[in-house]
Amino acid sequence: MTRQMTGAEMVIQTLVDQGVDTIFGYPGSAVLPIFDELFQQEEVRHVLVRHEQGAGHAAEGYARSTGKVGVALVTSGPAIANMVTALADARADSIPMVCITGQVPTTLIGTDAFQEADTVGITRPCTKHNWLVRRIEDLPGILHEAFRIATTGRPGPVLVDIPKNIQFQTGTYENCKDKALTQYHPAVKAPDAAIREAVELMAAAKKPILYTGGGVINSGPKAVALLREFVKMTGFPITSTLMGLGAYPSSGKNWLGMLGMHGTFEANLAMHDCDVMVCIGARFDDRITGRIDAFSPNSKKIHIDIDPSSINKTVMVDLPVVGDVGQVIEDLIAAWTARKPVQDKAALAAWWKQIDAWRAKKCLAYRPSAEAIMPQYAIERLHALTRGRDTYITTEVGQHQMWVAQYYGFDQPNRLMTSGGLGTMGYGLPAAIGTQLAHPGSLVINVAGDASIQMNIRELSTAVQHNAPVKTFILNNQHLGMVRQWQKLFHGNRISHSTTDAQPDFVRLAEAYGAVGIRCSKPSELDDAIEEMIRIDRPVLFDCRVVNLAHCLPMIPAGKAHNEMLLGMDEENETVGGGADKVPA
Amino acid sequence: MMIVAGQSQSAYFLEEELPSTERSHTLSVLVDNEPGVLARVVGLFSGRGYNIESLTVSEIEHSSHMSRITIVTTGRPPVISQIMHQLGRLVPVHKVINLTWAGDALERELALVKVAGKGEMRDEALRLAQAFNARIVDATLDSYVFEITGAPADIDRFVGLMKECGLVELARTGLAALARGKTGI
Ligand SMILES: Cc1cc2nc3c(=O)[nH]c(=O)nc-3n(C[C@H](O)[C@H](O)[C@H](O)COP(=O)(O)OP(=O)(O)OC[C@H]3O[C@@H](n4cnc5c(N)ncnc54)[C@H](O)[C@@H]3O)c2cc1C
Ligand SMILES: Cc1ncc(C[n+]2csc(CCOP(=O)(O)OP(=O)(O)O)c2C)c(N)n1
Ligand SMILES: [Mg+2]
Repeated sequence: MTRQMTGAEMVIQTLVDQGVDTIFGYPGSAVLPIFDELFQQEEVRHVLVRHEQGAGHAAEGYARSTGKVGVALVTSGPAIANMVTALADARADSIPMVCITGQVPTTLIGTDAFQEADTVGITRPCTKHNWLVRRIEDLPGILHEAFRIATTGRPGPVLVDIPKNIQFQTGTYENCKDKALTQYHPAVKAPDAAIREAVELMAAAKKPILYTGGGVINSGPKAVALLREFVKMTGFPITSTLMGLGAYPSSGKNWLGMLGMHGTFEANLAMHDCDVMVCIGARFDDRITGRIDAFSPNSKKIHIDIDPSSINKTVMVDLPVVGDVGQVIEDLIAAWTARKPVQDKAALAAWWKQIDAWRAKKCLAYRPSAEAIMPQYAIERLHALTRGRDTYITTEVGQHQMWVAQYYGFDQPNRLMTSGGLGTMGYGLPAAIGTQLAHPGSLVINVAGDASIQMNIRELSTAVQHNAPVKTFILNNQHLGMVRQWQKLFHGNRISHSTTDAQPDFVRLAEAYGAVGIRCSKPSELDDAIEEMIRIDRPVLFDCRVVNLAHCLPMIPAGKAHNEMLLGMDEENETVGGGADKVPA
Repeated sequence: MMIVAGQSQSAYFLEEELPSTERSHTLSVLVDNEPGVLARVVGLFSGRGYNIESLTVSEIEHSSHMSRITIVTTGRPPVISQIMHQLGRLVPVHKVINLTWAGDALERELALVKVAGKGEMRDEALRLAQAFNARIVDATLDSYVFEITGAPADIDRFVGLMKECGLVELARTGLAALARGKTGI
């Protein structure tokens, strides 16, 4: 059915037809017609942020925690410039997002008009695709195609730039939700031959490992369920990247912990020594591989990925399996069941014995303190006290982010929202707001650093306005901790510009925003303080004072091999650091 | 500052260059002829540090708005296949074909070559143009403009000779290329 309506109405109608209930944005001259339409309807809720970057990250949090697409709406020029970081972030982490922007009228494009910027030019390299709409006739098709492209294949951000005069023009709207405008149709099913060969390689494995990533979560709940079944069926040990945490439960018996730069001893050594590696929806990022020529030198590598350009990009693999994780695992399970392979039980038992020996190293052990809060302890307590609840965690970027990955056990997918690929400080708070608004009754905690939180602290005001009771748990170490760690380890301990001097009083800052501030600096008081934070049904800023100089370990220095790891137990060794046990004055 | 391979002071590992089996490859890319499509392709090359030796674009099917982009780039085989996959995932890209891998492709380029001079050099230029099957498309008492079509290497040779005969300026179209035989892209 078609109807006549204005461009601005088409935007709202598309959102409704796509099932979008919430969008994040900020008004301005070039989007006023759309904001005018928003005002006159009730199906789509608009959440006013405090800075366009916040709208982008909130949309990302909404998307990652629901599996749906996140939508942002902002104006031209400075607004789109502010949005660039969030688009680049969503692109790096394969987050489905649609960003709608206003543009100066078509008649003014190219004249250096007021608030004109070349939006499609600026955002071309940081979106999956983008359009400048030039004719009202094209608008419905492009809007619906934006949703299709954002969500299919490898997800990502898609931007639609709409000149103001087109928002005012009247045209014919059709719900073309299921029509493809472009020839973009990524393959989801892998060839049978690849599936069969994968089963052969896995059946013969003596030292197998599953290396899973964000692609499992992108693929959805079915892929997650199938992955768990697949682990049970094969008995293989499993590790995951930061982006894939929760797909396999951290409480599961085959779980080795996260791998990579700050991954566990057992996960990294198992990757190094394995004979068959099955990479499922992960992309051999440099935080994972370390030194490429020393990366898992003796294994046959199977790589399951929906994006052919992910394959052989950094690591050469033996068997590419291009397809959707859910579909491929389903086919693998069917082929494995039909083939009824006889696994080498003795070899697998020896492999597990080796893994248990690595586990016995207890690489995440740290020295407890009765006087000061260890950051690792704070995350362990946060996990213990939120475990039985319906909890979502977001993070900022730095040591605290890695401590979350190491010490907060995720048992379900879509529960960790974090900026992995771009590593965007300032992601956590707006992402928490997006998450909270998607899950109103749930507990949403942004684990933050004292430096990162200041990057988008203004969004506390958004949380207060929209009754989003997000909790921000700051591991306050008075430093740009991750930077300081690198300076200590690799730059002669010259602490160049990485202390957070002139810190605000976070408790009073919270109060100024109309939120609640809590401070805690004693281990003995931490549990009560966390319980209090959980009980408060308003936004909270929790200033958790932790030891200042703790290192995030284990760590594989950049460019080193998996078996050249720095461990926590080496902390007393001066080259590794020391200081973890120093109590702040 | 010294950068030592395998030892990194930065967040990135500076990989030692692998022994190079680099050669140039001719890629044919079929795309929707829509605004910005060329910027997407060129931006991909510059953004990822690939190099473009030659690039030609033109609409080939008016009714379906399809263009053919012919790109000559250099790299080792894994880099070339990565380039092809990166091109392949751009939304307006329909097909990417490596004509160099497909075999002995037909590659042609057109050049306009202006030479100026008198006497012996002018006669020599004319003789060489005849030998290379170049046409005269403009002539004055002291200049010629030749049009030559051929494989890029032939054009290189012709231009090299014209340098001795008073070459003034040169315009080249870049490559048009097709696979031999009956099958199409
Ligand atoms: C300070 C800091 C430290 C870090 N340290 C670590 C670390 O120690 N360990 C670690 O793991 N990470 C770490 N990271 C994160 C790291 O930078 C990368 O973001 C992360 O490793 C990438 O995860 P991934 O490989 O799962 O890929 P993602 O970025 O999640 O990409 C997903 C892959 O799956 C594919 N895919 C998507 N959808 C599908 C589908 N439906 N079917 C099939 N395939 C699909 C995509 O094409 C892509 O190749 C760190 C980040 C920061 C900021
Ligand atoms: C926008 C941005 N700028 C700079 C960086 C580089 N960086 C990575 S971690 C970090 C320090 C973070 O400090 P804090 O938030 O206090 O976390 P901590 O490491 O102390 O836990 C910096 C500056 C970044 N990731 N993002
Ligand atoms: Mg800090």
